[in-house]
Amino acid sequence: MATQQTRLLGKLAVAPSVIVLFLWMIVPLALTIYFSLLRYNLLDPGNESFVGFFNYEYFLSDPAFFAAIGNSLKLVFAVLAISIVGGTLLALLLDQAIVGRNIVRLMVIAPFFIMPTVSALVWKNMFMHPVSGLFAWLMKSVGLEPIDWFAQYPLTAVIIMVAWQWLPFATLILLTAIQSLDEEQKEAAEMDGTPPISYFYYIVLPHLARPITVVILIETIFLLNVFAEIYVTGSGGPAGNLPYLVYFQGLLNFDVGGASAGGIVAVVLANIVAFFLIRMIGRNLEG
Amino acid sequence: MARAVSVRRRTIATAAAWLIGFLIFFPILWTIITSFKTELEAFSTPPKFLFFEWTTENYGIVQERSNYLRFVSNSLILSIGSTLVALLFAIPAAWAMAFAPAKRTKDLLMWMLSTKMMPPVGALIPVYLIFRDMGLLDSRGGLIAVLFLMNLPIIVWMLYTYFKEIPGEILEAARMDGASLWKELVYVLAPMAVPGIASTLLLNVILAWNEAFWTLNLTTSAAAPLTAFIASYSSPEGLFWAKLSAASTMAIAPILVLGWFAQKQLVRGLTFGAVK
Repeated sequence: MATQQTRLLGKLAVAPSVIVLFLWMIVPLALTIYFSLLRYNLLDPGNESFVGFFNYEYFLSDPAFFAAIGNSLKLVFAVLAISIVGGTLLALLLDQAIVGRNIVRLMVIAPFFIMPTVSALVWKNMFMHPVSGLFAWLMKSVGLEPIDWFAQYPLTAVIIMVAWQWLPFATLILLTAIQSLDEEQKEAAEMDGTPPISYFYYIVLPHLARPITVVILIETIFLLNVFAEIYVTGSGGPAGNLPYLVYFQGLLNFDVGGASAGGIVAVVLANIVAFFLIRMIGRNLEG
Repeated sequence: MARAVSVRRRTIATAAAWLIGFLIFFPILWTIITSFKTELEAFSTPPKFLFFEWTTENYGIVQERSNYLRFVSNSLILSIGSTLVALLFAIPAAWAMAFAPAKRTKDLLMWMLSTKMMPPVGALIPVYLIFRDMGLLDSRGGLIAVLFLMNLPIIVWMLYTYFKEIPGEILEAARMDGASLWKELVYVLAPMAVPGIASTLLLNVILAWNEAFWTLNLTTSAAAPLTAFIASYSSPEGLFWAKLSAASTMAIAPILVLGWFAQKQLVRGLTFGAVK
Protein backbone atom coordinates (compact mmCIF):
# COMPACT_ATOMS: atom_id res chain seq x y z
CA MET A 1 0.00 0.00 0.00
CA ALA A 2 1.06 3.54 -0.62
CA THR A 3 2.88 4.98 2.37
CA GLN A 4 3.05 8.60 3.36
CA GLN A 5 6.46 8.80 1.79
CA THR A 6 5.52 7.37 -1.58
CA ARG A 7 2.42 9.53 -1.71
CA LEU A 8 4.51 12.64 -1.30
CA LEU A 9 7.00 11.37 -3.86
CA GLY A 10 4.13 10.66 -6.21
CA LYS A 11 2.92 14.22 -5.98
CA LEU A 12 6.40 15.53 -6.59
CA ALA A 13 6.73 13.27 -9.63
CA VAL A 14 3.47 14.39 -11.18
CA ALA A 15 3.79 18.09 -10.38
CA PRO A 16 6.22 19.21 -13.12
CA SER A 17 4.09 17.76 -15.92
CA VAL A 18 0.92 19.20 -14.46
CA ILE A 19 2.42 22.64 -13.98
CA VAL A 20 3.85 22.99 -17.49
CA LEU A 21 0.70 21.64 -19.11
CA PHE A 22 -1.45 23.95 -17.03
CA LEU A 23 0.60 26.95 -18.07
CA TRP A 24 0.62 25.81 -21.70
CA MET A 25 -3.13 25.55 -21.67
CA ILE A 26 -4.10 28.57 -19.63
CA VAL A 27 -1.65 31.31 -20.63
CA PRO A 28 -2.21 31.27 -24.41
CA LEU A 29 -5.93 30.74 -23.96
CA ALA A 30 -6.28 33.66 -21.55
CA LEU A 31 -4.23 35.87 -23.84
CA THR A 32 -6.26 34.84 -26.88
CA ILE A 33 -9.47 35.69 -25.07
CA TYR A 34 -7.98 38.99 -23.96
CA PHE A 35 -6.71 39.88 -27.46
CA SER A 36 -10.06 38.94 -28.96
CA LEU A 37 -11.62 41.80 -27.01
CA LEU A 38 -9.11 44.36 -28.25
CA ARG A 39 -8.64 46.39 -31.36
CA TYR A 40 -5.06 45.28 -31.88
CA ASN A 41 -3.19 45.53 -35.14
CA LEU A 42 0.53 44.76 -35.41
CA LEU A 43 0.94 47.53 -37.99
CA ASP A 44 -0.42 50.03 -35.51
CA PRO A 45 1.38 49.14 -32.28
CA GLY A 46 0.68 50.96 -29.06
CA ASN A 47 -2.86 51.82 -30.07
CA GLU A 48 -4.64 48.84 -28.59
CA SER A 49 -8.06 49.65 -27.24
CA PHE A 50 -10.81 47.64 -25.63
CA VAL A 51 -13.65 47.04 -28.07
CA GLY A 52 -15.74 44.39 -26.34
CA PHE A 53 -17.22 41.90 -28.73
CA PHE A 54 -16.54 43.97 -31.83
CA ASN A 55 -14.12 41.40 -33.26
CA TYR A 56 -16.68 38.66 -32.90
CA GLU A 57 -19.32 40.81 -34.55
CA TYR A 58 -16.86 41.60 -37.31
CA PHE A 59 -16.11 37.91 -37.77
CA LEU A 60 -19.74 36.90 -37.65
CA SER A 61 -20.62 39.42 -40.34
CA ASP A 62 -17.69 38.42 -42.55
CA PRO A 63 -18.61 35.98 -45.34
CA ALA A 64 -15.04 34.62 -45.23
CA PHE A 65 -15.68 33.41 -41.71
CA PHE A 66 -18.71 31.35 -42.67
CA ALA A 67 -16.90 30.06 -45.71
CA ALA A 68 -14.04 28.97 -43.43
CA ILE A 69 -16.38 27.25 -40.96
CA GLY A 70 -18.15 25.61 -43.87
CA ASN A 71 -14.85 24.40 -45.33
CA SER A 72 -13.74 23.14 -41.92
CA LEU A 73 -16.92 21.11 -41.51
CA LYS A 74 -16.99 19.82 -45.09
CA LEU A 75 -13.38 18.71 -44.79
CA VAL A 76 -14.02 16.92 -41.51
CA PHE A 77 -17.20 15.16 -42.67
CA ALA A 78 -15.91 14.14 -46.08
CA VAL A 79 -12.66 12.72 -44.75
CA LEU A 80 -14.49 10.97 -41.92
CA ALA A 81 -16.94 9.37 -44.33
CA ILE A 82 -14.18 8.17 -46.64
CA SER A 83 -11.93 6.89 -43.90
CA ILE A 84 -14.63 5.15 -41.84
CA VAL A 85 -16.40 3.42 -44.70
CA GLY A 86 -13.20 2.71 -46.62
CA GLY A 87 -11.32 1.79 -43.48
CA THR A 88 -13.96 -0.71 -42.35
CA LEU A 89 -14.07 -2.40 -45.74
CA LEU A 90 -10.31 -2.45 -46.03
CA ALA A 91 -9.89 -3.80 -42.51
CA LEU A 92 -12.35 -6.60 -43.30
CA LEU A 93 -10.44 -7.40 -46.47
CA LEU A 94 -7.08 -7.41 -44.70
CA ASP A 95 -8.47 -9.72 -42.03
CA GLN A 96 -8.98 -12.42 -44.69
CA ALA A 97 -6.43 -15.13 -45.30
CA ILE A 98 -4.23 -13.18 -47.66
CA VAL A 99 -0.89 -14.16 -49.12
CA GLY A 100 1.67 -11.59 -48.01
CA ARG A 101 -0.69 -9.80 -45.64
CA ASN A 102 2.09 -8.09 -43.75
CA ILE A 103 3.46 -6.49 -46.88
CA VAL A 104 0.01 -5.27 -47.93
CA ARG A 105 -0.46 -3.86 -44.47
CA LEU A 106 2.80 -1.96 -44.71
CA MET A 107 1.74 -0.47 -48.04
CA VAL A 108 -1.67 0.55 -46.73
CA ILE A 109 -0.40 2.19 -43.55
CA ALA A 110 2.48 4.06 -45.24
CA PRO A 111 0.66 7.32 -46.16
CA PHE A 112 0.00 8.05 -42.52
CA PHE A 113 3.72 8.55 -41.95
CA ILE A 114 4.18 11.00 -44.77
CA MET A 115 4.95 14.58 -43.84
CA PRO A 116 1.90 16.73 -44.69
CA THR A 117 3.94 19.20 -46.72
CA VAL A 118 5.32 16.36 -48.85
CA SER A 119 1.93 14.83 -49.52
CA ALA A 120 0.49 18.27 -50.36
CA LEU A 121 3.12 19.05 -52.98
CA VAL A 122 3.30 15.57 -54.45
CA TRP A 123 -0.47 15.43 -54.92
CA LYS A 124 -0.78 18.98 -56.16
CA ASN A 125 1.96 18.67 -58.74
CA MET A 126 2.57 15.12 -59.79
CA PHE A 127 -1.04 13.95 -59.65
CA MET A 128 -3.37 16.93 -59.91
CA HIS A 129 -1.41 19.19 -62.25
CA PRO A 130 -3.88 20.10 -65.04
CA VAL A 131 -1.37 19.44 -67.87
CA SER A 132 1.42 17.14 -66.74
CA GLY A 133 -0.19 15.42 -63.76
CA LEU A 134 -0.90 11.69 -63.76
CA PHE A 135 -4.65 12.28 -63.40
CA ALA A 136 -4.67 14.58 -66.43
CA TRP A 137 -2.84 11.92 -68.44
CA LEU A 138 -5.25 9.20 -67.28
CA MET A 139 -8.30 11.28 -68.19
CA LYS A 140 -6.90 12.25 -71.56
CA SER A 141 -6.07 8.65 -72.37
CA VAL A 142 -9.71 7.67 -71.87
CA GLY A 143 -10.85 10.67 -73.90
CA LEU A 144 -11.98 12.95 -71.07
CA GLU A 145 -11.17 16.59 -70.46
CA PRO A 146 -8.54 16.85 -67.68
CA ILE A 147 -9.63 18.55 -64.47
CA ASP A 148 -7.73 21.54 -63.13
CA TRP A 149 -8.18 20.35 -59.56
CA PHE A 150 -7.00 23.36 -57.60
CA ALA A 151 -8.77 25.85 -59.87
CA GLN A 152 -12.08 24.00 -60.22
CA TYR A 153 -12.42 21.87 -57.09
CA PRO A 154 -9.87 23.11 -54.55
CA LEU A 155 -11.68 21.76 -51.51
CA THR A 156 -12.20 18.35 -53.11
CA ALA A 157 -8.50 18.27 -53.95
CA VAL A 158 -7.61 19.00 -50.32
CA ILE A 159 -10.11 16.36 -49.16
CA ILE A 160 -8.49 13.72 -51.40
CA MET A 161 -5.02 14.46 -50.04
CA VAL A 162 -6.12 14.49 -46.43
CA ALA A 163 -8.27 11.37 -46.81
CA TRP A 164 -5.27 9.59 -48.33
CA GLN A 165 -3.44 10.19 -45.04
CA TRP A 166 -6.28 9.32 -42.67
CA LEU A 167 -7.80 6.31 -44.39
CA PRO A 168 -4.71 4.28 -43.38
CA PHE A 169 -5.11 5.39 -39.79
CA ALA A 170 -8.74 4.25 -39.66
CA THR A 171 -7.82 1.00 -41.38
CA LEU A 172 -5.05 0.25 -38.92
CA ILE A 173 -7.20 0.92 -35.85
CA LEU A 174 -10.17 -1.06 -37.17
CA LEU A 175 -7.97 -3.92 -38.32
CA THR A 176 -6.41 -4.11 -34.87
CA ALA A 177 -9.93 -4.20 -33.41
CA ILE A 178 -11.17 -6.88 -35.82
CA GLN A 179 -8.15 -9.02 -35.10
CA SER A 180 -8.95 -8.90 -31.41
CA LEU A 181 -12.32 -10.46 -32.22
CA ASP A 182 -12.54 -13.88 -30.69
CA GLU A 183 -11.09 -16.40 -33.12
CA GLU A 184 -13.50 -19.08 -31.93
CA GLN A 185 -16.46 -16.85 -32.61
CA LYS A 186 -15.24 -16.36 -36.18
CA GLU A 187 -14.80 -20.07 -36.61
CA ALA A 188 -18.20 -20.87 -35.19
CA ALA A 189 -19.83 -18.40 -37.57
CA GLU A 190 -18.00 -19.97 -40.49
CA MET A 191 -18.92 -23.52 -39.47
CA ASP A 192 -22.55 -22.51 -39.18
CA GLY A 193 -22.30 -21.15 -42.70
CA THR A 194 -23.25 -17.62 -41.64
CA PRO A 195 -23.68 -15.49 -44.75
CA PRO A 196 -21.06 -12.70 -44.95
CA ILE A 197 -23.66 -9.94 -44.57
CA SER A 198 -25.13 -11.31 -41.35
CA TYR A 199 -21.63 -12.09 -40.11
CA PHE A 200 -20.78 -8.44 -40.64
CA TYR A 201 -23.97 -7.06 -39.07
CA TYR A 202 -24.28 -9.33 -36.07
CA ILE A 203 -20.69 -10.11 -35.19
CA VAL A 204 -18.25 -7.61 -36.66
CA LEU A 205 -20.18 -4.35 -36.50
CA PRO A 206 -21.18 -4.57 -32.81
CA HIS A 207 -17.56 -5.36 -32.02
CA LEU A 208 -16.40 -2.38 -34.08
CA ALA A 209 -18.85 0.14 -32.66
CA ARG A 210 -16.44 1.40 -30.04
CA PRO A 211 -13.29 1.56 -32.14
CA ILE A 212 -15.25 3.35 -34.88
CA THR A 213 -16.41 5.94 -32.36
CA VAL A 214 -12.83 6.38 -31.18
CA VAL A 215 -11.61 6.83 -34.75
CA ILE A 216 -14.34 9.38 -35.49
CA LEU A 217 -13.54 11.45 -32.43
CA ILE A 218 -9.76 11.35 -32.81
CA GLU A 219 -9.83 12.09 -36.52
CA THR A 220 -12.19 14.99 -35.88
CA ILE A 221 -9.73 16.54 -33.46
CA PHE A 222 -6.91 16.28 -36.00
CA LEU A 223 -9.01 17.18 -39.03
CA LEU A 224 -10.29 20.37 -37.44
CA ASN A 225 -6.62 21.40 -37.28
CA VAL A 226 -5.60 20.65 -40.87
CA PHE A 227 -3.32 23.47 -41.94
CA ALA A 228 -0.21 22.49 -43.91
CA GLU A 229 -2.09 20.92 -46.83
CA ILE A 230 -4.02 24.15 -47.41
CA TYR A 231 -1.14 26.48 -46.73
CA VAL A 232 1.37 24.71 -48.95
CA THR A 233 -0.95 24.19 -51.92
CA GLY A 234 -1.93 27.85 -51.81
CA SER A 235 -5.60 26.94 -51.76
CA GLY A 236 -6.37 29.03 -48.68
CA GLY A 237 -8.51 31.48 -50.63
CA PRO A 238 -11.23 29.14 -51.86
CA ALA A 239 -10.64 26.18 -49.55
CA GLY A 240 -9.31 27.83 -46.39
CA ASN A 241 -10.60 26.40 -43.13
CA LEU A 242 -10.73 27.98 -39.70
CA PRO A 243 -7.05 27.43 -38.81
CA TYR A 244 -6.02 28.93 -42.13
CA LEU A 245 -8.29 31.94 -41.62
CA VAL A 246 -6.80 32.59 -38.19
CA TYR A 247 -3.29 32.35 -39.61
CA PHE A 248 -4.26 34.63 -42.50
CA GLN A 249 -5.96 37.23 -40.33
CA GLY A 250 -3.27 37.23 -37.67
CA LEU A 251 0.08 36.64 -39.34
CA LEU A 252 -0.65 38.03 -42.81
CA ASN A 253 -3.16 40.81 -42.05
CA PHE A 254 -1.64 41.52 -38.63
CA ASP A 255 -5.11 41.76 -37.13
CA VAL A 256 -4.40 40.20 -33.74
CA GLY A 257 -7.85 41.00 -32.34
CA GLY A 258 -9.78 39.47 -35.21
CA ALA A 259 -7.55 36.41 -35.45
CA SER A 260 -7.91 35.80 -31.73
CA ALA A 261 -11.69 35.90 -32.00
CA GLY A 262 -11.41 33.26 -34.75
CA GLY A 263 -9.12 31.21 -32.55
CA ILE A 264 -11.67 31.24 -29.74
CA VAL A 265 -14.37 30.03 -32.13
CA ALA A 266 -12.05 27.17 -33.10
CA VAL A 267 -11.49 26.34 -29.44
CA VAL A 268 -15.22 26.21 -28.77
CA LEU A 269 -15.77 23.99 -31.80
CA ALA A 270 -13.02 21.58 -30.74
CA ASN A 271 -14.28 21.49 -27.19
CA ILE A 272 -17.68 20.23 -28.26
CA VAL A 273 -15.96 17.22 -29.82
CA ALA A 274 -13.51 16.86 -26.96
CA PHE A 275 -16.34 16.65 -24.47
CA PHE A 276 -17.63 13.44 -26.02
CA LEU A 277 -14.20 11.97 -26.67
CA ILE A 278 -13.02 12.44 -23.12
CA ARG A 279 -16.13 10.89 -21.67
CA MET A 280 -15.70 7.91 -23.91
CA ILE A 281 -12.06 7.32 -23.05
CA GLY A 282 -12.80 7.91 -19.37
CA ARG A 283 -15.38 5.14 -19.43
CA ASN A 284 -12.72 2.91 -20.90
CA LEU A 285 -10.37 3.61 -18.01
CA GLU A 286 -12.80 2.04 -15.59
CA GLY A 287 -13.48 -1.00 -17.71
CA MET B 1 -6.09 -24.38 -35.72
CA ALA B 2 -6.00 -22.23 -38.81
CA ARG B 3 -9.30 -21.59 -40.44
CA ALA B 4 -9.91 -23.57 -43.59
CA VAL B 5 -10.54 -21.19 -46.45
CA SER B 6 -11.38 -22.09 -50.00
CA VAL B 7 -8.65 -21.49 -52.53
CA ARG B 8 -10.92 -19.37 -54.65
CA ARG B 9 -11.84 -17.03 -51.84
CA ARG B 10 -8.24 -16.74 -50.82
CA THR B 11 -7.15 -15.88 -54.35
CA ILE B 12 -9.77 -13.18 -54.79
CA ALA B 13 -9.05 -11.62 -51.41
CA THR B 14 -5.32 -11.67 -52.05
CA ALA B 15 -5.67 -10.07 -55.48
CA ALA B 16 -8.04 -7.38 -54.19
CA ALA B 17 -5.86 -6.59 -51.19
CA TRP B 18 -2.69 -6.32 -53.24
CA LEU B 19 -4.38 -4.09 -55.81
CA ILE B 20 -5.78 -1.71 -53.20
CA GLY B 21 -2.56 -1.75 -51.22
CA PHE B 22 -0.61 -0.92 -54.34
CA LEU B 23 -2.94 1.96 -55.25
CA ILE B 24 -2.69 3.45 -51.77
CA PHE B 25 1.07 3.11 -51.78
CA PHE B 26 1.45 4.32 -55.34
CA PRO B 27 1.90 8.09 -54.65
CA ILE B 28 4.88 7.25 -52.44
CA LEU B 29 6.31 4.85 -55.00
CA TRP B 30 5.79 7.43 -57.73
CA THR B 31 7.66 10.05 -55.69
CA ILE B 32 10.57 7.68 -55.22
CA ILE B 33 10.66 6.76 -58.91
CA THR B 34 10.42 10.40 -60.01
CA SER B 35 13.35 11.30 -57.82
CA PHE B 36 15.57 9.22 -60.12
CA LYS B 37 14.46 10.96 -63.33
CA THR B 38 15.78 14.02 -65.07
CA GLU B 39 13.50 17.07 -64.85
CA LEU B 40 12.54 16.60 -68.48
CA GLU B 41 11.50 13.00 -67.98
CA ALA B 42 9.63 13.88 -64.79
CA PHE B 43 7.32 16.10 -66.86
CA SER B 44 7.01 13.85 -69.89
CA THR B 45 3.62 12.82 -71.27
CA PRO B 46 2.87 9.96 -71.41
CA PRO B 47 4.59 9.42 -68.06
CA LYS B 48 7.56 7.09 -67.91
CA PHE B 49 7.08 4.42 -65.31
CA LEU B 50 10.20 2.31 -65.27
CA PHE B 51 11.97 2.65 -68.57
CA PHE B 52 14.07 5.77 -68.42
CA GLU B 53 17.66 6.61 -67.63
CA TRP B 54 17.88 6.28 -63.88
CA THR B 55 19.97 9.03 -62.38
CA THR B 56 20.89 10.09 -58.86
CA GLU B 57 21.86 13.63 -59.84
CA ASN B 58 18.82 15.17 -58.11
CA TYR B 59 20.00 14.04 -54.72
CA GLY B 60 23.32 15.77 -55.22
CA ILE B 61 21.68 18.95 -56.49
CA VAL B 62 19.21 19.17 -53.61
CA GLN B 63 22.03 19.00 -51.10
CA GLU B 64 24.24 21.47 -53.03
CA ARG B 65 21.60 24.13 -53.53
CA SER B 66 19.91 24.23 -50.21
CA ASN B 67 22.20 23.02 -47.52
CA TYR B 68 19.82 20.13 -47.07
CA LEU B 69 21.77 18.73 -44.15
CA ARG B 70 20.91 21.73 -42.02
CA PHE B 71 17.20 20.99 -42.39
CA VAL B 72 17.77 17.33 -41.60
CA SER B 73 19.73 18.17 -38.48
CA ASN B 74 17.01 20.61 -37.41
CA SER B 75 14.38 17.93 -37.89
CA LEU B 76 16.45 15.48 -35.88
CA ILE B 77 17.17 17.94 -33.09
CA LEU B 78 13.56 19.11 -32.85
CA SER B 79 11.93 15.70 -32.92
CA ILE B 80 14.39 13.85 -30.70
CA GLY B 81 15.01 16.83 -28.43
CA SER B 82 11.35 17.52 -27.76
CA THR B 83 10.66 13.84 -27.15
CA LEU B 84 13.54 13.46 -24.69
CA VAL B 85 12.51 16.54 -22.72
CA ALA B 86 8.95 15.20 -22.63
CA LEU B 87 10.14 11.80 -21.39
CA LEU B 88 12.08 13.53 -18.63
CA PHE B 89 8.82 15.06 -17.39
CA ALA B 90 6.53 12.17 -18.23
CA ILE B 91 8.38 9.14 -16.85
CA PRO B 92 8.16 10.21 -13.20
CA ALA B 93 4.57 11.38 -13.67
CA ALA B 94 3.41 8.18 -15.36
CA TRP B 95 5.33 6.08 -12.87
CA ALA B 96 3.62 7.77 -9.95
CA MET B 97 0.18 7.57 -11.52
CA ALA B 98 0.56 3.89 -12.33
CA PHE B 99 2.11 2.68 -9.07
CA ALA B 100 0.98 5.15 -6.44
CA PRO B 101 -2.40 6.28 -7.73
CA ALA B 102 -4.04 8.97 -5.66
CA LYS B 103 -7.74 9.73 -5.52
CA ARG B 104 -7.47 12.25 -8.32
CA THR B 105 -5.18 10.34 -10.65
CA LYS B 106 -7.94 9.50 -13.06
CA ASP B 107 -9.20 13.06 -13.20
CA LEU B 108 -5.66 14.24 -13.74
CA LEU B 109 -5.19 11.88 -16.67
CA MET B 110 -8.43 13.02 -18.24
CA TRP B 111 -7.47 16.63 -17.76
CA MET B 112 -4.09 16.05 -19.45
CA LEU B 113 -5.90 14.49 -22.33
CA SER B 114 -8.18 17.49 -22.59
CA THR B 115 -5.20 19.81 -23.06
CA LYS B 116 -4.38 17.84 -26.18
CA MET B 117 -7.78 18.77 -27.57
CA MET B 118 -6.94 22.46 -27.60
CA PRO B 119 -6.63 23.45 -31.24
CA PRO B 120 -3.23 25.03 -31.90
CA VAL B 121 -4.85 28.01 -33.64
CA GLY B 122 -6.31 28.96 -30.27
CA ALA B 123 -2.76 29.50 -29.05
CA LEU B 124 -1.04 30.59 -32.27
CA ILE B 125 -1.35 34.36 -31.91
CA PRO B 126 -0.18 34.73 -28.29
CA VAL B 127 2.58 32.16 -28.72
CA TYR B 128 3.76 33.94 -31.83
CA LEU B 129 3.79 37.31 -30.06
CA ILE B 130 5.49 35.94 -26.94
CA PHE B 131 8.12 34.26 -29.10
CA ARG B 132 8.64 37.46 -31.06
CA ASP B 133 9.15 39.49 -27.89
CA MET B 134 11.49 36.92 -26.37
CA GLY B 135 13.47 36.46 -29.57
CA LEU B 136 12.41 32.84 -29.83
CA LEU B 137 10.99 32.97 -33.35
CA ASP B 138 12.99 30.74 -35.65
CA SER B 139 14.93 29.24 -32.74
CA ARG B 140 15.30 25.55 -32.06
CA GLY B 141 14.87 26.02 -28.34
CA GLY B 142 11.50 27.68 -28.76
CA LEU B 143 10.21 25.00 -31.10
CA ILE B 144 11.46 22.20 -28.88
CA ALA B 145 9.46 23.76 -26.06
CA VAL B 146 6.28 23.93 -28.15
CA LEU B 147 6.62 20.40 -29.54
CA PHE B 148 7.41 19.09 -26.08
CA LEU B 149 4.25 20.63 -24.64
CA MET B 150 2.17 19.51 -27.57
CA ASN B 151 3.12 15.86 -27.20
CA LEU B 152 3.50 15.65 -23.44
CA PRO B 153 -0.10 14.48 -22.84
CA ILE B 154 0.24 11.62 -25.35
CA ILE B 155 3.57 10.63 -23.84
CA VAL B 156 2.24 10.57 -20.28
CA TRP B 157 -0.74 8.54 -21.42
CA MET B 158 1.23 6.01 -23.39
CA LEU B 159 3.72 5.49 -20.60
CA TYR B 160 0.87 5.19 -18.13
CA THR B 161 -0.80 2.40 -20.11
CA TYR B 162 2.55 0.57 -20.39
CA PHE B 163 3.48 1.00 -16.75
CA LYS B 164 0.01 -0.13 -15.72
CA GLU B 165 0.78 -3.51 -17.24
CA ILE B 166 3.78 -4.07 -15.00
CA PRO B 167 2.50 -6.24 -12.14
CA GLY B 168 2.58 -4.34 -8.87
CA GLU B 169 3.27 -7.55 -6.93
CA ILE B 170 6.80 -7.62 -8.27
CA LEU B 171 7.47 -4.24 -6.74
CA GLU B 172 5.96 -5.36 -3.48
CA ALA B 173 8.10 -8.46 -3.47
CA ALA B 174 11.18 -6.35 -4.02
CA ARG B 175 10.14 -4.07 -1.21
CA MET B 176 9.62 -7.04 1.12
CA ASP B 177 13.09 -8.22 0.32
CA GLY B 178 14.30 -4.90 1.60
CA ALA B 179 15.06 -3.16 -1.66
CA SER B 180 15.24 0.58 -1.32
CA LEU B 181 13.11 2.78 -3.53
CA TRP B 182 16.14 3.55 -5.62
CA LYS B 183 17.04 -0.13 -6.09
CA GLU B 184 13.44 -0.92 -6.83
CA LEU B 185 13.52 1.66 -9.61
CA VAL B 186 16.81 0.67 -11.15
CA TYR B 187 16.74 -3.12 -10.88
CA VAL B 188 13.06 -3.99 -11.01
CA LEU B 189 11.10 -1.26 -12.68
CA ALA B 190 13.55 0.01 -15.28
CA PRO B 191 14.13 -3.27 -17.13
CA MET B 192 10.39 -3.84 -17.39
CA ALA B 193 9.67 -0.28 -18.40
CA VAL B 194 12.26 0.06 -21.14
CA PRO B 195 10.21 -1.48 -23.97
CA GLY B 196 7.27 0.82 -23.24
CA ILE B 197 9.52 3.84 -23.05
CA ALA B 198 11.17 2.90 -26.34
CA SER B 199 7.81 2.56 -28.08
CA THR B 200 6.68 5.90 -26.73
CA LEU B 201 9.89 7.50 -27.91
CA LEU B 202 9.47 6.04 -31.37
CA LEU B 203 5.91 7.21 -31.89
CA ASN B 204 6.61 10.69 -30.63
CA VAL B 205 9.67 11.19 -32.75
CA ILE B 206 7.43 10.38 -35.71
CA LEU B 207 4.72 12.80 -34.62
CA ALA B 208 7.21 15.59 -33.99
CA TRP B 209 9.08 14.94 -37.25
CA ASN B 210 5.89 15.43 -39.26
CA GLU B 211 4.48 18.30 -37.20
CA ALA B 212 3.60 21.02 -39.68
CA PHE B 213 1.59 23.70 -37.92
CA TRP B 214 4.04 25.14 -35.43
CA THR B 215 7.12 24.38 -37.49
CA LEU B 216 5.69 26.30 -40.46
CA ASN B 217 4.44 29.23 -38.42
CA LEU B 218 7.33 29.71 -36.02
CA THR B 219 10.37 29.20 -38.27
CA THR B 220 11.78 30.97 -41.28
CA SER B 221 15.24 29.57 -41.91
CA ALA B 222 17.69 29.05 -39.05
CA ALA B 223 15.56 26.54 -37.14
CA ALA B 224 13.47 25.34 -40.08
CA PRO B 225 13.07 21.56 -40.24
CA LEU B 226 12.26 19.44 -43.29
CA THR B 227 8.55 20.29 -43.22
CA ALA B 228 9.41 23.93 -43.89
CA PHE B 229 12.13 23.01 -46.40
CA ILE B 230 9.66 20.99 -48.48
CA ALA B 231 7.09 23.78 -48.18
CA SER B 232 9.61 26.10 -49.83
CA TYR B 233 9.19 24.03 -53.00
CA SER B 234 5.64 25.32 -53.33
CA SER B 235 6.71 28.58 -54.93
CA PRO B 236 6.02 28.46 -58.68
CA GLU B 237 9.63 29.01 -59.76
CA GLY B 238 10.77 26.21 -57.51
CA LEU B 239 8.66 23.58 -59.19
CA PHE B 240 11.18 21.02 -60.26
CA TRP B 241 9.45 17.73 -59.85
CA ALA B 242 12.48 15.50 -59.85
CA LYS B 243 14.20 17.62 -57.22
CA LEU B 244 11.01 17.94 -55.20
CA SER B 245 10.77 14.16 -55.31
CA ALA B 246 14.36 13.65 -54.27
CA ALA B 247 13.99 16.06 -51.36
CA SER B 248 10.68 14.43 -50.40
CA THR B 249 12.08 10.92 -50.57
CA MET B 250 14.89 11.86 -48.22
CA ALA B 251 12.44 13.58 -45.87
CA ILE B 252 10.02 10.66 -45.63
CA ALA B 253 12.25 7.59 -45.92
CA PRO B 254 13.64 7.46 -42.38
CA ILE B 255 10.26 8.10 -40.78
CA LEU B 256 8.52 5.60 -43.04
CA VAL B 257 10.88 2.89 -41.83
CA LEU B 258 10.42 3.89 -38.20
CA GLY B 259 6.67 4.09 -38.73
CA TRP B 260 6.48 0.57 -40.05
CA PHE B 261 8.13 -0.62 -36.86
CA ALA B 262 5.83 1.51 -34.73
CA GLN B 263 2.45 0.36 -36.10
CA LYS B 264 1.28 -1.23 -32.86
CA GLN B 265 2.42 1.67 -30.73
CA LEU B 266 0.62 4.00 -33.06
CA VAL B 267 -2.69 2.33 -32.34
CA ARG B 268 -2.17 2.42 -28.62
CA GLY B 269 -0.73 5.91 -28.51
CA LEU B 270 -3.20 7.70 -30.72
CA THR B 271 -6.27 6.06 -29.25
CA PHE B 272 -5.01 6.70 -25.71
CA GLY B 273 -5.23 3.03 -24.91
CA ALA B 274 -8.87 2.77 -25.99
CA VAL B 275 -7.94 0.28 -28.72
CA LYS B 276 -5.08 -2.14 -28.19
